[in-house]
Amino acid sequence: MTSKFRTKKVEVSYGDKKAIRDISLDIEKNIITALIGPSGCGKSTFLRCLNRMNDVIENCSIKGSIHLDEQDIYGPDIDPVELRARVGMVFQKANPFPKSIFDNIAYGPRIHGLASNDSELKDIVHNSLEKAGLMDEVKDRLNDQATGLSGGQQQRICIARAIAVSPEVILMDEPCSALDPIATAKIEELMNELCESYTIIIVTHSMQQAARVSKKTAFFHLGDLIEYNDTDKIFTQPENQKTQDYITGRFG
Amino acid sequence: MTLPLSFVFFVLLGLSVYFYYHAKSGIVRKAALLSDRTKALPSHYGQQSFLWAFIPSFLILLVLTIGGPNYIDQIFYNKIQELNPTFNESFVSLILAKVINVSNGKISTGEENIIMLAKDYKIAFEQLHFYRGLVVILCAALLGMIISYRQKPGSNAREQVEKFIVNIFFASAVIAIFTTVAIILSLFFEALRFFNLYNFFDFIFGLHWAPNVAIRTDQVAAEGSFGMIPVLLGTLLISFIAMCVAIPIGLFSAIYLAEFATPKIRDFVKPTLEILAGIPTVVYGYFAALTAAPFFREIGFSLGLDVSSESAIAAGAVMGIMIIPFISSLSDDVIRAVPQSLRDGSMGLGATKAETIYIVILPAAIPGLVGAVLLAVSRAIGETMIVVMAAGLSANLTVNPLESVTTVTVQIVSLLTGDTEFDDIKTLSAFGLGLALFFFTLLLNIFALSISRRLAERYD
Repeated sequence: MTSKFRTKKVEVSYGDKKAIRDISLDIEKNIITALIGPSGCGKSTFLRCLNRMNDVIENCSIKGSIHLDEQDIYGPDIDPVELRARVGMVFQKANPFPKSIFDNIAYGPRIHGLASNDSELKDIVHNSLEKAGLMDEVKDRLNDQATGLSGGQQQRICIARAIAVSPEVILMDEPCSALDPIATAKIEELMNELCESYTIIIVTHSMQQAARVSKKTAFFHLGDLIEYNDTDKIFTQPENQKTQDYITGRFG
Repeated sequence: MTLPLSFVFFVLLGLSVYFYYHAKSGIVRKAALLSDRTKALPSHYGQQSFLWAFIPSFLILLVLTIGGPNYIDQIFYNKIQELNPTFNESFVSLILAKVINVSNGKISTGEENIIMLAKDYKIAFEQLHFYRGLVVILCAALLGMIISYRQKPGSNAREQVEKFIVNIFFASAVIAIFTTVAIILSLFFEALRFFNLYNFFDFIFGLHWAPNVAIRTDQVAAEGSFGMIPVLLGTLLISFIAMCVAIPIGLFSAIYLAEFATPKIRDFVKPTLEILAGIPTVVYGYFAALTAAPFFREIGFSLGLDVSSESAIAAGAVMGIMIIPFISSLSDDVIRAVPQSLRDGSMGLGATKAETIYIVILPAAIPGLVGAVLLAVSRAIGETMIVVMAAGLSANLTVNPLESVTTVTVQIVSLLTGDTEFDDIKTLSAFGLGLALFFFTLLLNIFALSISRRLAERYD
């Protein structure tokens, strides 16, 4: 079992306010890891540390260390732009660009120069849509606006868009919170297929979802990492009382 | 007894306010008596009474105040004409004016007839004022009482009040449209008079603009020539120079403000840029004439170019500076309105900030940016003062920015100011120019809108 991410004593504060503190956890390669916890517990903040999306936010400071494949991602020789190409992200609200479906998927490969000609680009787009299980639904309308698709399709466009850059890790920040159960099921199925080739970290509010899709689960509460273990263990015999209370719905 | 306008108005207002409270408390009492609930809030019944007491009476007041004096004047005009059937129209008007002035005490006269008429005139006015006040106040009181009496807890006052509010909004929109139509029509009919005197195609396609015609009818002078191309070209040239200055600087500063500036810098830079918009155009005008024009002349001189002391480039450049805040401020708002989620999405794919800005943000902001530029262009085309002061009046057919040119608006000003007759071809040509300018900007607007529609990337 190899670790993809290794975080040590990570602490993030916005101004004077500490959002998370002392988070040390190793995330394994090619499995799905779920981060759960009540709102405001810092799970999204932690997720955004993993591809340095917090850099964009003003007065946000980060302490501790995060290693991706033994490389310190906050080190001086790391370009956050390159890092984000290796660690892709899917957001809570589906945010396709107001462009055609094709241009949405081709956006990443274009800016990173992954295709040397049009037919290569086409292949990348088709493969990504195929992997995202969307090809059959959109193959006749690749030039239509992506914003005209349904919510679930838009979210899968965003996943396909992330895949097109061939990242090593995909971070998902509550990707199903705005979707109906059918669209959710499709995305979960997709995640299961993708985790063979990608490391997936998902933040979710739905404990059933965490239990269904993930292999390991980390429970956050008020900025602390309370418990991190195999998903089966967390949901059947949690070691910590707070975890027990949360998963049985006593708070949060 | 006299009832002056202000007194009548305040009594009307007072009555209406009284009926507001009267109806509001009355409806609560009625409801209590019937042990029923009111269908709308008590204040809605109050508002309904207020509107019924105020609006019709106010309209009567308005009509009587505007139309009444005209009516009296007309009566006296007819009276004077009856007394002196031999007088012609303008002489009757003259006597009427005299009567009015005597009745106001502005002038005095020894003529018995006029003093008599002036007395009658004064009495007529006093009567008008008295009956106006009486009618308005009675109408307000009567309507207020009727509506308050008729209000039942079950009647729906809310519906009527809301309908009235909707009608107010509608009326405001209609007024704006009617005014525009009226302006266009007046422009159109005056221009039509010009085209009766001057060939339409000679005006539209003529290459020579020299509106020199005889000032007096008995004077001998060269025939004026009214080809609008040089003037229109001057407008285009100066606007083009202005946009070359304003669009890049305005747009880039907007991108900086929206995407890169820290809040501290933004709080300083944005208001400072907006100060530019507050400088009167006359001040820009003398800046252009006294600072920019010599500056361009010096530069041209050192390069061996001959720059006119009143050059299109000086006027255009200064106009561009004037327009920067329009573009930067509007574009800044438009760019910031693009949802953060699109920025996150792009950054999350490993795009740099610059890539995010031109591939995602600017295309999404295009409709708003086109709007900002359009506003700036109309500003540039309509701008007069800077051009008068810095670019001159000579209508040269040229696209050389170093020469002196003139613009449509400047020509309109110079044609309409000073001692001119209003049925003269020279004066009327100003309306021809105005109409041409109107159609030109209209076409520009339509063109820009269709472009923005084609380029727009809709986000929601």
